[in-house]
Amino acid sequence: MRQIAIYGKGGIGKSTTTQNTVVALAEMGRKITIVGCDPKADSTRLIMHTKAQATVMDLARERGTVEDLELDEVLMQGFLGVKCAESGGPEPGVGCAGRGVITAINFLEENGAYTEDTDYVFYDVLGDVVCGGFAMPIRENKAKEIYIVASGEMMAMYAANNISRGILKYATTGTVRLGGLICNSRQTDKELELMEALAKKINTQLIHFIPRDNEVQRAELRKMTVIEYNRTHKQADEYRTLAKKIEDNKMMTIPTPISMEELEELLMEYGIMEM
Amino acid sequence: MSTKETIEFRKQVVEDVLEIYPEKAKKNRRQHIAVKDSECASCAVKSNAKTVPGIMTARGCAYAGAKGVVWGPVKDVVHISHGPVGCGYYSWGNRRNLADGEIGVDNFVPFLFTSDFQESDIIYGGDKKLEKIIDEVVGLFPNAKGVSVLSECPVGLIGDDIESVARRMSEKIELPVIPVRCEGFRGISQSLGHHIANDAIRDHLIGKGPAREIGKYDIGIIGDYNIGGDAWASKKILEEMGLKVVNIWTGDSTLEMLQNGHLVKLNLIHCFRSMNYIAKHMEETYGTPWIEFNFFGPTKIKESILKIAAQFDDYIMEKALKVIEKYTAPMQKVIDIYRPRLEGKSVMLYVGGLRPRHIVGAYEDLGMEVIGTGYEFAHNEDYEKTIPALKEGTLIYDDVTALELEEFVKKLKPDLVGSGIKEKYVFEKMGLPFRQMHSWDYSGPYHGYEGFPIFARDMDMAINSPTWKSIKAPWSK
Repeated sequence: MRQIAIYGKGGIGKSTTTQNTVVALAEMGRKITIVGCDPKADSTRLIMHTKAQATVMDLARERGTVEDLELDEVLMQGFLGVKCAESGGPEPGVGCAGRGVITAINFLEENGAYTEDTDYVFYDVLGDVVCGGFAMPIRENKAKEIYIVASGEMMAMYAANNISRGILKYATTGTVRLGGLICNSRQTDKELELMEALAKKINTQLIHFIPRDNEVQRAELRKMTVIEYNRTHKQADEYRTLAKKIEDNKMMTIPTPISMEELEELLMEYGIMEM
Repeated sequence: MSTKETIEFRKQVVEDVLEIYPEKAKKNRRQHIAVKDSECASCAVKSNAKTVPGIMTARGCAYAGAKGVVWGPVKDVVHISHGPVGCGYYSWGNRRNLADGEIGVDNFVPFLFTSDFQESDIIYGGDKKLEKIIDEVVGLFPNAKGVSVLSECPVGLIGDDIESVARRMSEKIELPVIPVRCEGFRGISQSLGHHIANDAIRDHLIGKGPAREIGKYDIGIIGDYNIGGDAWASKKILEEMGLKVVNIWTGDSTLEMLQNGHLVKLNLIHCFRSMNYIAKHMEETYGTPWIEFNFFGPTKIKESILKIAAQFDDYIMEKALKVIEKYTAPMQKVIDIYRPRLEGKSVMLYVGGLRPRHIVGAYEDLGMEVIGTGYEFAHNEDYEKTIPALKEGTLIYDDVTALELEEFVKKLKPDLVGSGIKEKYVFEKMGLPFRQMHSWDYSGPYHGYEGFPIFARDMDMAINSPTWKSIKAPWSK
């Protein structure tokens, strides 16, 4: 069983990329579980075809304690048998969402959500690594490989670098490694070159460049992944390629995050920032 | 040993004990320990600083200072320990601050209220639960005059907005609801908790009570928590002097006493460390003067009575002198009984923020000598007040570690150790007489003329107990 966590700046397309890639892996016959680690609970809608599924924390709140939950109440099967769970958590500005992620992941593990026939567990994690709770998936015995979704925009790259800092911290105390950057293209100038350069700087690879295509949005509107909505579309093949690359990926590294100055230099080199 | 030899010996003891520490810790701890000598050059003791990590300290936290010390004794207010159950449970009923009143009707001191945080309260925040609890409290206890909300650590970590809950609920229940942000991780000891609690009184209560006329002889006692009835014993003397004690903070106190703390002619501060902030505030804002006083032992009581009476007119002075006269003989009788049994006995103290200096005179009245003393959470000004009260050669230790205190006691061989529950059994097992000087060991009061005979009896009982003659195992004779 491979446990994979997907990080990246908020709004970059982590959930969309994760679900489309997972469905491509499922198409290859893999058994997969997705764990949404975001209080917004929108990590599984394209597979479950619902707005938001019942989350671990919401049910725990209703019952009073997480111990009163049964696994099958929160672990649902969606398209192609992909199992889905959402940690859930408070609305913005209240409580501690990070603790919610910790509680939910522990619940899933302790209650045997990851059965022996599971090939992959994907953790889809909120925005940045803001506190210990959101680093939960990369602590020991959880996800051992990380992919960071980014684009050629400065803040997305800044976030990617920051996340690799979090990975570095846990890489030295545990076994977590960076598997690569995934570029979810925003069609910025020299995006491919820039992403490749960043990947090299932080000691990883650009595992795949996903071009921008409106078919993704059309599928999303119908709460579907591209493969389900239009399986012959060329964008579906992009996700199949990414899935294959992840399956075959052997390049697992300890990242070497760069300073803010180095990051700015990189952007200048590729002509994004004017001197 | 001459005084000079004693000083040299004790200075050497300090060096020997510190020897076990790594260099950095040794350097740090050395600044917190001194032996009083003639020039007193070495008397400057560093205080109110972060405890050295890894040592065993007796200090508490901000919550302990705010809930345990300042707010807990206010009897007609329901105090909610807001957070997981442990902080409330383990601070429940162990301060011995007595209060008059019908339990559960107008006296909630023996109770513990906690929001008993569960996992989901952390994740979703505890504000709604707090609202519900406050609603339930006024339903169950219609005579409660207010509610205080004492934050435990997680409330601060997750950023709950207890201030807005308090505001909203105060309007709804038409009673003061006081948020106290005394999360335990704030500050370096319970001292910050006292300050935070004082600030909450200032911001939410002072000047907000029903107005009343200030009588000519109205006074308040500030910083007496009525341990074993101490405040009542002090009040007796003051009222015999013709003064009227209208407020006590916060032993056996009511919410109204806190609201009207400034409506007195004079405030008398007993525990300066825990309540100087609010006394100074009342002076600056309302012009209410304050002085310190000490009602431990007849010598200090007499001094304090005269000092207090001097703030008033001849009528009070006349009565004050009569009070002193009235009690001279009975106190002498106590001394006559106990002094011969205690004369020359030595004592080492380690207490909170007041008693390490205030109680020295009471021991001296019994012919005893304080040879070592120190505070858990005092500040510089407390040590400045302490050092003149001590004899040359006295060992002074701030935030003393378990190891240091144990070693100092082994080397200085006092006849009595006075400290708290954490120390009690360590020293008793070493075969040393011990008295708890936070809680009076289930005894008290020790304040005032009423307290001195009890204090004398208790010290005698500890030191002269036949138990100590039997501690040596028969086979090791």
